[in-house]
Amino acid sequence: MTALANRANVPKKEIHRRSIFRTVTPYLYLLPAFIVMGIITYYPMLYQVWMSFTDYGLTNLRYNAPPPNFVGLANYINIETNQLGLSYYYFWHVLGFNLFWAFSNVIIHVALGILIAVILNRQGVWFKGIYRALYILPIVVPQIIVANIFKNMFDPDYGAINQGLAILGKFFFDLSPALFHIHWIDQIDYPVSWIPLTLSYYALLITNVWLGWPFMTIVASGALQSIPKDLYEAARIDGASENQQFWRITLPLLRPAMVPAAVYGLVMTFNLFSLIYFLSGGGPLNETAILVTTAYDLINQQRLYGVAAAFCVYIFFILLALTLITNSITRATESYDA
Amino acid sequence: MPNQVKPSIFHRILRIITARPASKSGERGLSLGAQILSQLFLLFVAATVIYPILWVVSMSFDPRDISRPTELRLNPFQGGLSVKAYADIIQQPTANPVSLGQLMFNSFRLATLTGLASIIVGVFASYAFSRLRFRGRQVLMIAVLTVLMLPSIATLPALFVLLNKIQFDVGSGVFNLRNSLIGVGLAILSGSLPFAIWNMKGYLDTIPRELEEAALIDGCTPNSAFFRVTLPLSTPVLAVTFFLGFMSTWTEFATSWLFLTDPKNFTLMMALYNMVGQYSDSTPWSHFAAMSIIIALPVTIVYLFVQRYFVGGLAIGGVKG
Repeated sequence: MTALANRANVPKKEIHRRSIFRTVTPYLYLLPAFIVMGIITYYPMLYQVWMSFTDYGLTNLRYNAPPPNFVGLANYINIETNQLGLSYYYFWHVLGFNLFWAFSNVIIHVALGILIAVILNRQGVWFKGIYRALYILPIVVPQIIVANIFKNMFDPDYGAINQGLAILGKFFFDLSPALFHIHWIDQIDYPVSWIPLTLSYYALLITNVWLGWPFMTIVASGALQSIPKDLYEAARIDGASENQQFWRITLPLLRPAMVPAAVYGLVMTFNLFSLIYFLSGGGPLNETAILVTTAYDLINQQRLYGVAAAFCVYIFFILLALTLITNSITRATESYDA
Repeated sequence: MPNQVKPSIFHRILRIITARPASKSGERGLSLGAQILSQLFLLFVAATVIYPILWVVSMSFDPRDISRPTELRLNPFQGGLSVKAYADIIQQPTANPVSLGQLMFNSFRLATLTGLASIIVGVFASYAFSRLRFRGRQVLMIAVLTVLMLPSIATLPALFVLLNKIQFDVGSGVFNLRNSLIGVGLAILSGSLPFAIWNMKGYLDTIPRELEEAALIDGCTPNSAFFRVTLPLSTPVLAVTFFLGFMSTWTEFATSWLFLTDPKNFTLMMALYNMVGQYSDSTPWSHFAAMSIIIALPVTIVYLFVQRYFVGGLAIGGVKG
């Protein structure tokens, strides 16, 4: 009532002025960001779509150079039919490996993250504080520096991995240190002949597992602490074993926290440029190349800007599909839990 | 009243080690067997975490002055510490005629300015998305999220070409925006700004609306309510967002490596790549180790202090790589 009465006292013009102010203000707040993003984000994205239909190359970069030729869908077709200058490039192999890379990593990160979180959060485990402090290190050290360090660690002669394995092999199994000159990064033969994955995939996997599990452990620890203790109490009274408690109580109650974290990890790993570019460079024979490293090679080595633009349009749609699928999975689990 | 005795360092350490929550009755401890198994497992995990770090630290202090580590050395104090690698690095890290100071200054400028720009430009938009209702809100939020989904490399071809178009004569030669730190900064900002907006919006959503409403009732205009109430309250997220932007630019590689050709503009990461990449045959590994530590240490220490404020909530939003 008082609001209405107040309103009646305000002249009509003033109300009009205020309502215009209300509708305009939000856009004024948005203006700075969208001007900047319009120029350096959205305009380049649209420009890139145009570029993808041209043969934009090194010669078109010069000042006052003629505009590139329109080539229609040629770039898209060449990418798909492997007609690029890149050696050992097969589009479907890159895409397939990229998906496998992301999924295999995230499955291991989540499983290991939960396992470590469950053991770390058991009642009465000693040195919890020290372990927590140590386990945060892989998150806080910059990823690209870790990629660098592991690149040298996987060196066949001087790397810490082979040297460490040699010491362990000598100590436990009395193996000759000469056995451990494993060419982690550049061995072409598959270590397991019927699994088409090179040793460099395993090296990348080891590095990324080192980087990835602590985040999942933190998420799982948070969720574990919010599970009511009475549930376990009740389960114990009903005679459930520790194993049953884990599968029937812990795991289902962790899921709402782990699913979004896994989706986030999946997208991050799918686009993990720095690790692959620094550690294996996509090699050997392009076996461990993913979409983003291929796009980068197209610009940085080949200087094929038009083709690279088309490749990035592919990346956009692949990511869009991946995001929509994972989002619907997240939603599905949400409604299940509710 | 007697002076309260502060727990001695020894007691505090003991408390960290045993880290037992005040034991309530009815709680069961671990049996000795389970304790030993858990300790073995957790120790093994800790060893894998610390192994690469010990390796790099002890290599950077290696007193033997050799180009490659011929044997495993994990104890940095074994045989004495030597800071020669650090001294060499500070003088000239790579074959390029550029000092460590210049590299650091370039990385620092780039990281500070892109970090600041992303929060200053972004905070208004994140406020609008979090608080205000307007037509097109949904569409514009999807527009921001779309960029967030894309890896930064997916817009590099166009950014390279467009920034390269901006060239003009200056007295000593041609200025090419693409081949400058400003150009690299703009390219990085194009991806980090949407992230900053989203990150800050998430935090603003948690600030109670009632605080602003109270200010409005007290006679604030909506604008001054933002500047006097919401903005001061969001200082923590501004700091964290700035730091995340700073850190990702400090260690940025793909854009700067593609754009920059003049050694005086090079960044720390580019120098490090020169030390491990295909041109690195002559670089002693102690130099590479010292350089890694010099780059990583400042951001790692800050991250260590701020991570607990956001690592748990990172699943929403995420850092663009």
